[in-house]
Amino acid sequence: MSVRLEASSLSIGYGERLVVDTLDLSIISGTVTAVIGPNGCGKSTLLKALGRLLPARSGAVLLDGRKIDSMSTRDVARVLGMLPQSPSAPEGLTVADLVARGRHPHQAWYRQWSSDDAAAVDAALEMTGILDLADRTVDELSGGQRQRAWISMALAQGTDLLLLDEPTTYLDLAHQIDVLDLVQELHASMGRTIVMVLHDLNLAARYADTIVAMRGGRIVAQGSPGEVLTEEMLLEVFGLDARVVEDPVSGTPLVVPVGSRHRVP
Amino acid sequence: MTTATKTPAAKAPALRVGATSFRLRPRPLLVVAISLVVLAALFVADIVVGDFPLTVSQVVDTLLGGGTRRDQFVVVELRMPRALTGLLVGGALGLSGAIFQAIVRNPLASPDILGVTWGAGAGAVSVITFAGSLGVVTGSAASIGVPLAGLLGGLFAGLLVYGLAWRKGIEGFRMVLVGIGITAVAGNFTHYLLTVGDVQDAGRAMVWITGSLNGRGWEHVVPVALALIVLVPVAMIGGHVLGALQFDDQTSRGLGIRVNAARSFLIVVAIVLASVATAAAGPIAFVALASPQIALRLSGTAQPPLFGSVVIGGALVMLSDLVARTIYRTELPVGVVTAVLGAPYLMFLLVRSRREARV
Repeated sequence: MSVRLEASSLSIGYGERLVVDTLDLSIISGTVTAVIGPNGCGKSTLLKALGRLLPARSGAVLLDGRKIDSMSTRDVARVLGMLPQSPSAPEGLTVADLVARGRHPHQAWYRQWSSDDAAAVDAALEMTGILDLADRTVDELSGGQRQRAWISMALAQGTDLLLLDEPTTYLDLAHQIDVLDLVQELHASMGRTIVMVLHDLNLAARYADTIVAMRGGRIVAQGSPGEVLTEEMLLEVFGLDARVVEDPVSGTPLVVPVGSRHRVP
Repeated sequence: MTTATKTPAAKAPALRVGATSFRLRPRPLLVVAISLVVLAALFVADIVVGDFPLTVSQVVDTLLGGGTRRDQFVVVELRMPRALTGLLVGGALGLSGAIFQAIVRNPLASPDILGVTWGAGAGAVSVITFAGSLGVVTGSAASIGVPLAGLLGGLFAGLLVYGLAWRKGIEGFRMVLVGIGITAVAGNFTHYLLTVGDVQDAGRAMVWITGSLNGRGWEHVVPVALALIVLVPVAMIGGHVLGALQFDDQTSRGLGIRVNAARSFLIVVAIVLASVATAAAGPIAFVALASPQIALRLSGTAQPPLFGSVVIGGALVMLSDLVARTIYRTELPVGVVTAVLGAPYLMFLLVRSRREARV
């Protein structure tokens, strides 16, 4: 139960506005954490700060106990892999080349490509099941395939800590399940620590060990899906009137929104 | 390991020399090799062809110290420095364009569009017109002053664009917009100078603005050669981050790159290369724009190959100069030919990007 990544009295802001407000969070090694919350609650901002993409206004992020601000960009990239919300790749880049770029933190100008790099790229493509797409260009892939390619790049980076910002955006339900199954496999087979921002509460409940619910830049609730996803929490955090029942497949909480059409006055 | 050879990464095996290792990509290497052969052929042709035709063996003989005094003069004093200037200027422009296009992530990005070329033009034309009509700078001071002013003008305009486009970092799109603005200002200033200047000076200035290799001597070769000797290795070493710089800032940073530092460094290298080249031969149009794209298409890579762009830039200027010298009774400035070749290419790029935007 060691702490991999920690936010301590962390505040982040754009201009005058505080987006994350004196927040404390500990990510336990080898767990899957899902951050949920309404739009604009600061969950993406928190993830970026955890990955050192945004500077803290006050407080600190600690990676393996060290202040992340005092580490070099490259050292962070060797330990922590980050997949932003909608990453963009240059036109004409092949999947194999995209994934190969994930090896950058392990390379230097005099050592641009080694057999380790080749092995890591192949392993990443194999794991995400897109080995046969290696020679296709990224822009001709479907949404689900593209997401797999990006995840492969993060995998090739060879870090056991992965931050994923809405890895299921723009994907249909089947592909969402596909991607999250892959995340689950990464966690189960290699004990990787994963933090992801998710919009779908039911999927978060199924795939995460810990759920962190945010509102207005603060953490409102955190714990196991059963502890966090309650009718009271949904009302408080999302302002959503909903029933919570048991998921018939997984036994985790299943959120069923009421909506005005079915509201009993 | 028969299965390993089929995997995608193993298709580009690693080449190891001690602690260094590089990725062996057959196609880009082949492109560089063939381009070097073509470049060498064009270089020889550029020296052989002219009003005093020479044979290849005569040229070789002359370079080894033989030949008549006339041959000596024609080869060593006239054609050799001219061809070398063209070759080096083309290489510098190609490399500058490749760096700009990789960083800005736009095939339209080049020193021509990002203000460097016209800044150099404005600098050089100020000296040409002021030197003549106002009598401030004369004689040899003017002949050194023109390239120097071109160099300073290009550096100034390039750094100005860079500074104005800076908002907590450099974004390609904003840099192109600012560059177009600075290009317009520098262009209008140049035209103003041509209008107020003496007619003869304006004529000389027009030739310079077109980009010409006429009358280029060793004094033009040396600065570009020095710049390339220093900056090609610098660009190659710094360029290994270009691959990981191709993404959005967050992804690049996630890959361990200090995005702003890396981008700033490479942009300054590109600005210096373009300014030095323009100072030597005037603003030769479209070479910096086209050579990286030609190199990229031939190599089948996603980003312009740096060394390939150097070689193809050199070949493009050599070819254009050969055409410029032979197509008409009098020798045309090389910039006329590159402009004629480049205009349809630019249109092709625009049409193509519009078609892609529609898909």
